[in-house]
Amino acid sequence: MSTPSNVAAFPVDPQPVAPPLSEPRPLYWLVRRELWENRSIYLAPLVLTAVFMFGFTIGTVTRPQRLASASGTAVMPWSVLPAMLIAAAFMVGAFYCLDALQSERRDRSILFWKSLPVSDRDTVLSKASIPLLVLPAIVFTITVIVQILMLLLSSAVVLATGSSAAALWAKLPLFRMTIGLVYSLIAVALWHAPVYAWLLLVSGWARRVVVLWAVLPLLAVAAFERMAFGTKYVIAFLGYRITGWWQSGFTFPNKDRISIDPLTHLTPGRYLSTPGLWLGLVCAAVFLAAAVRLRRRQEAF
Amino acid sequence: MAAIEARGLRKRFGATVALEGLDLRVEEGRILGIIGPNGAGKTTALNAILGLTPYEGDLRVLGRDPWTERDQLMRDVCFIADVAVLPRWIKVSQALDYVAGVHPRFDRSKAEALLARTNIKRNSKVRELSKGMVTQLHLALVMAIDAKLLVLDEPTLGLDLLYRKQFYETLLNDYFDRSRTIVVTTHQIEEIQDVLTDLVFIDRGRIVFGCSMEDVESRYVEVMVRPEHVAAARSLGPIHERQVFGRSVLLFDGADRERLAPLGDLRTPGIADLFVAVIGKERVQEAAR
Repeated sequence: MSTPSNVAAFPVDPQPVAPPLSEPRPLYWLVRRELWENRSIYLAPLVLTAVFMFGFTIGTVTRPQRLASASGTAVMPWSVLPAMLIAAAFMVGAFYCLDALQSERRDRSILFWKSLPVSDRDTVLSKASIPLLVLPAIVFTITVIVQILMLLLSSAVVLATGSSAAALWAKLPLFRMTIGLVYSLIAVALWHAPVYAWLLLVSGWARRVVVLWAVLPLLAVAAFERMAFGTKYVIAFLGYRITGWWQSGFTFPNKDRISIDPLTHLTPGRYLSTPGLWLGLVCAAVFLAAAVRLRRRQEAF
Repeated sequence: MAAIEARGLRKRFGATVALEGLDLRVEEGRILGIIGPNGAGKTTALNAILGLTPYEGDLRVLGRDPWTERDQLMRDVCFIADVAVLPRWIKVSQALDYVAGVHPRFDRSKAEALLARTNIKRNSKVRELSKGMVTQLHLALVMAIDAKLLVLDEPTLGLDLLYRKQFYETLLNDYFDRSRTIVVTTHQIEEIQDVLTDLVFIDRGRIVFGCSMEDVESRYVEVMVRPEHVAAARSLGPIHERQVFGRSVLLFDGADRERLAPLGDLRTPGIADLFVAVIGKERVQEAAR
C-alpha cells in the first residue's frame, strides 16, 4: 500500500548528510577524566577543610570570648583556612604531576587514550591545568563558602552570649580578603608553574620512582656545589622557586602588627617585575613542550 | 584510494632492525590478516600505521601521514592494541561519556545497544570486569565509532574460546561492511581463516608472502597422498611436506589439480600450514644465500 501521507510527514532530506554529531570538547572531557582518576584533587582539600571546620566549631562554641578579642586573633582563622588550603593544593598538585604521565604508561592505558582523536598537546595541557587552574579554583570556592559559614557560626555564637556581632563583622573585611585570595592564588600558581611542568616532564620520562628522578638530581647538584665551591646558590635557588611568590608578592613591614586588611600587604608591581616569575614561566613553557614531544614518542612499558 | 600504503618502511631500535623495507598496500573494504612469528615486526608495523612510533620510508594511512597527523587520523581509525588497555579505574559509564565527549564519530546509542546484549553493568569499574567483559566493552566502544579503518593487534589474546568466537562474529555481523577496512594480527590463525579477504606473512621485518584468500584457494592445494603414490607426488615439486598419522601431506603451489587428484585427497590448505611452508622455505633460501 502506498502511503503518500507518510512521505509527506517524513520528507526525505534532499541532500542526505551524515547524522548530526556533537561537537567534541576534548579539553573539557580531558579535565573531567583527570578528576575521575584522581579524586584526591578535590577530596584532599575537602577532608582538610572538614577537619578544620570541626576544630573551629569546637573552639568557637567552647571559647566564644576569643571572638571578642581586640587583636587580630579573633579573625586569625579566616586567614589560616586559605593558607592551609594553598599549602595543601601545592602538595596535591605536586603528587598529581608526578603520577600524571607515568600511570598511563604503567597500566598501558596510553594505548587506549591514543586510539582517540585527542592530540598529545591537549592531553599534556589538560594535565597541567589541574595544578594551575583546577586546584586554585577548588581552593577559591571552598575558602569563600567556608569563610561565610564561619562568619555565620561565629555571629550565632556571639549573639547567643548576648553581645552584638557588629564588632566582629566590622573587623572582618571578607570582600577584601577575597580579592587578596584571588591575588594569592594567581601569584602562587604562576610562580609554581615551572615546578609543576618539571614534575610532569619527569613523569612522562621516568619509568619508575618518578619522585627520585625529579628531586635527587637537583639535590646532587646542590651537594656538589656546596662541596666543590663552598657556595649555596643552587639550594637557595630551589628554596626561592618554592617561596619566592611570597617574598615578591607580599610585604609585611611591621611584623608585630599584621593588618587584617590583606590588600595593604599586596605588592603586585614588585611581583610582576620579578625576573624569577618570567624566567620561571619560560621554563614552564619549555618543560611542557618537551613533555608533549615525549608523550608523542613514548610507548607503554 | 588505498586505505594503507607503505613503501620501504624501516624502523630500528638501536641495533635491532624491526622493519626492513616493508611494502604493503591495503585497499578499502578488505579484511587483511598479518601473520608472522614473534618479533617479526607485526606490532611495529601497526604502531607505525597508527602514528605511535616514528619510522623511515613512505607511509600514508587514509591519505594522511600517521606520525604527524595522529590525532586527526584517529577520527577515521580505531584500534584495539590488545586486551586490557582500558584503564582499570574507569567506570563503564565514564568510558562512554569520555569517548562520546572527544570523538566526533561516536554513536552512543549504538554502544549502549551493544552493551545491552552483555552482562556489563553501567556503574561497574573496568577492574571489576572479567577479561572477556573488558574486551566486550572495548569492542562496543570501537564498533560504535563510524571509522574507515579498524586495526586489531592480537585482539583475542587471553580470552576463552566462547569470547574469541563471539568477538569475530560480532565484528563481521554488526560492523563490517564493504566500505570499512580491517587489519588484524593474531596467533590464533585458524579463528580468522574464514574472516579474511587478504593475507600477508611477515618475517624479519619484511612481507614475505601476500595474496587474497581467493588466490590462496585457487593457487594452493594440499594432498594427503596414498602411500603408494608418495614418490610420484614428490616428483611434482611440492613446496612443503609433513606427516599426519603416518601419511604424507604435500603442499603444492599452482599445481595441476587433475594430475594430483589420483594421488590422494585434495583440499585447500589451512593458513597455518601455508604459513609454516612459506616461512620455512623463505628461511631455507635465506640460509642458502
